[in-house]
Amino acid sequence: MIIKKPSDIKPSEITPESVYLNRRDFIKNGTKLIAGSAGIASSFTAMAQEGDALKARAPAAMRRTPPAAWWAAKFSNIKPAPDSEPYFTSEPLTPYEDVTIYNNFYEFGMNKADPATRSGEFKTEPWTVEITGEVAKPGKYDLEDLMKPMDLQERIYRLRCVEAWSMVIPWIGFPLADLIKQFEPTSKAKFVEFETIVDADSMPGINSRFAIVSWPYREGLRIDEATNPLTFIAVGLYGSYLPAQNGAPWRLVVPWKYGFKSIKSIVKINFRETQPNTTWNDLQANEYGFYANVNPEVHHPRWRQDMERRLPQTLLSRRVIETQMFNGYGEHVAHMYDGMDLSRYY
Amino acid sequence: MVRLVKPSIFFMALIPFIWLLLKVFQNDLGPDPAQALSIETGEWALRFLLLTLAITPFRQIFRMAEIARLRRMIGLFAFFYASIHFLSWMAFILGFRWLAIAEELVERPYITVGFLAYVILFLLGVTSTNSMVRRLGKNWKRLHKFVYAASILAIVHLLWILRTDVTEAVIYGVLLVILLGYRIIRKLKLNFA
Repeated sequence: MIIKKPSDIKPSEITPESVYLNRRDFIKNGTKLIAGSAGIASSFTAMAQEGDALKARAPAAMRRTPPAAWWAAKFSNIKPAPDSEPYFTSEPLTPYEDVTIYNNFYEFGMNKADPATRSGEFKTEPWTVEITGEVAKPGKYDLEDLMKPMDLQERIYRLRCVEAWSMVIPWIGFPLADLIKQFEPTSKAKFVEFETIVDADSMPGINSRFAIVSWPYREGLRIDEATNPLTFIAVGLYGSYLPAQNGAPWRLVVPWKYGFKSIKSIVKINFRETQPNTTWNDLQANEYGFYANVNPEVHHPRWRQDMERRLPQTLLSRRVIETQMFNGYGEHVAHMYDGMDLSRYY
Repeated sequence: MVRLVKPSIFFMALIPFIWLLLKVFQNDLGPDPAQALSIETGEWALRFLLLTLAITPFRQIFRMAEIARLRRMIGLFAFFYASIHFLSWMAFILGFRWLAIAEELVERPYITVGFLAYVILFLLGVTSTNSMVRRLGKNWKRLHKFVYAASILAIVHLLWILRTDVTEAVIYGVLLVILLGYRIIRKLKLNFA
């Protein structure tokens, strides 16, 4: 049998649903408890929770310690998600434990639980990002410096994987457009290219003999897509720091595109005049396009794309739902593709 | 001996099913049970299919006539696991949307191939009773030779889905080649002897 159980999560650590559902009350009442139990970082956490209106928080037992003190400071002030689309959806959230155990991050392994169970050695501090290409301010930056001018906000987005499953995730982060501004792109910057870190020592999937990807993982966006207000850089989820399996320390979130566009653990951003090569497109161009907009009318050779399984599924609640054009974000993004044949540019 | 062996094999063959059932009811298959369920049941169907095909060579090589009496039961377990495989695909992946199911069966080659294998197993399953064996006479043997086609289709189905790690499919494929090759060689020997 090949079903693996994530061995590093004890049953005792998993939050019962009743507790999870009452999390806001729990947070209100538990502020003192948390502040008392988690050391220096917790004072920031406690501060954040005074009058805190975040829509979702990680279950207390699963809350993460900050990778460094500056992270805790940064997370002490997060603007809650609004109450209306598109930065919010009222659909039920996918529970934290599901969001953090079911991941495609082949650098850690091919199985869905591998990124969670095999990423213990992964370090995100310090984190250097290289900015290159058509910008006035190229260079190597510390993530801490890049994030200094950024105000964190919460956004609740649908995530639709090309494998026909989907989740609803409360991210913490900032618009990619705000980051891009810092580097002052030139008029030649028509595309943005991203690269994931390659660290064979801490990412056991890198040297796997089954690896089909030639690392680093690459993704790209057109500059108008990259600066669309919906395009987001996430540094956390459920009010807490991003776990390695979800793309720590920071990752892209492009909610109207299939999940593989939302590249994780970014170390390189390159601004260029021509369309970049992207990992899945290079591997199987007939299966994975550069645009990869969620589109129920264009089926993937392996997966039907007009419906999706909203995770978590259970035997009694299978939650197979219709997939929406642009994953439901058409009103805000469709104009970018006016006049394009989307069955050709899939 | 078969009288004792048969029921114990019956219960052993049910273990994967019971184990899966427990996991399903404890919500222990993770957030995406569809994937886990279809992979597990598909693999068990294939394993039992290969096991069925191994009975005759085993009987001939080791001259154990009595194990032929296990063949039907093991074959039916292949059908049983294939049925859950097919059912969980319809339920969890496609939410019982019949139009979508019909489209998938026709338009997606790896699914068509898997479905054909299932149709064969279904026909073999429903004609496996003693009365059907009697009623079909010579045709029964002809019909049940289609188990070879079903096993080849099942391997093709598996190889077609895989994106990366093909190790397991290759192992099953090699086993099938051995099991079918044995029959071909034996037949040739008998013809020329």
